[in-house]
Amino acid sequence: MKIIKPSIAGTLDSCDIQIRIEESVDQTNTIYLKSPVEKQFGEHIRSLIQNMLDKYALEGVLVHAVDKGALDCTIKARTESAIMRAMANENSVDWSVIAHG
Amino acid sequence: MGRLRRTMLYVPGNNAGMMADAMIYGADSIMFDLEDSISLKEKDAARHLVYQAVKNLDFGGVELVCRVNGLDSPYGENDIEAMVAAGIHVIRLPKTETVEDIRAVEQLIAKYEVKHNIEVGTVKMMAAIESALGIINAYSIATASNRLIGIAIGAEDYVTNLKTTRSASGVELLYARSQLLNAARAAGIAALDTVFSDVDDSEGFTKEVKLIKQLGFDGKSVINPRQIPIVHQVFKPTDSEISHAQAVIKASDEAEIKGLGVVSLNGKMIDKPIVERAQRIIELAKASR
Repeated sequence: MKIIKPSIAGTLDSCDIQIRIEESVDQTNTIYLKSPVEKQFGEHIRSLIQNMLDKYALEGVLVHAVDKGALDCTIKARTESAIMRAMANENSVDWSVIAHG
Repeated sequence: MGRLRRTMLYVPGNNAGMMADAMIYGADSIMFDLEDSISLKEKDAARHLVYQAVKNLDFGGVELVCRVNGLDSPYGENDIEAMVAAGIHVIRLPKTETVEDIRAVEQLIAKYEVKHNIEVGTVKMMAAIESALGIINAYSIATASNRLIGIAIGAEDYVTNLKTTRSASGVELLYARSQLLNAARAAGIAALDTVFSDVDDSEGFTKEVKLIKQLGFDGKSVINPRQIPIVHQVFKPTDSEISHAQAVIKASDEAEIKGLGVVSLNGKMIDKPIVERAQRIIELAKASR
């Protein structure tokens, strides 16, 4: 699936993560991450974001993530909010489809 | 005695940091807010954040409450579905005025419990009453659903509706607090008091907590973790209250063994309401340790 507009979700406050999504020039997905814990958790954070992109079968997106020490559940929530906004679907979410652990 | 609800800590639903820390302050309940503390542009993000937090974080035995948006907004139903799917314990309705307000939310909760394979009746409800009409209807609201575990007064909207403002003495809230408390007790559910907005005025806050405890409230909504120990301290029984309560329960137990309905302790009659008060003091003392 493709996004229909660029979007942003989350903040630069402590314990949060800001996720910005935009269309890529090709069909690949690329995640750019800035995080104070990148050395230790960078791979994990990228995989959480990638899993969410996979869940929505998104292709051809650039994700700019600025992490401020967010918990896993916050990373998932912010990525999902950004995806739903990019798909212009933020207030008609089907929770039974996106319910995830 | 049921669950203690001395403190219900407000956590704005879009604040990831406060959400991550919410369980460490010892509040009896945590209330995630999707309503007034969230701007219209962030309603969706807050809903996702609270959904993920409730589903994934370990809050221990703390009761998890979510204040959803009203059904007169485009967000209310979506909030209810997300919270039911996440496994929230209690959904708190804002600005409740009539029995119909309760029933409309109850029907949606039941609909989404079925959809998400949750036993119907699992998710409980609380109603915040924030208007003169709501206070007039307090008893019918309090008895409108078996899911209701409590009613709460929201003072800021209420005093605006009354065309007055809040004062240090709280005299403008006396009728509403008394009416709400009486309705809650008649219905057998909890009564929760409103927030105290000036977090730096601990003296004024303590005075208000003492007032609402004396009126009979179960507890109070708090907007800052600093307010939690003050409420718990006010609700904590004194040593002499605890000793007396232990003596009452001992005397009552002995009377029961002897088959007596009424017993005397230090020349004073001990009967059922006195024993019930003593049991509540012991429960509060255990919770305050």
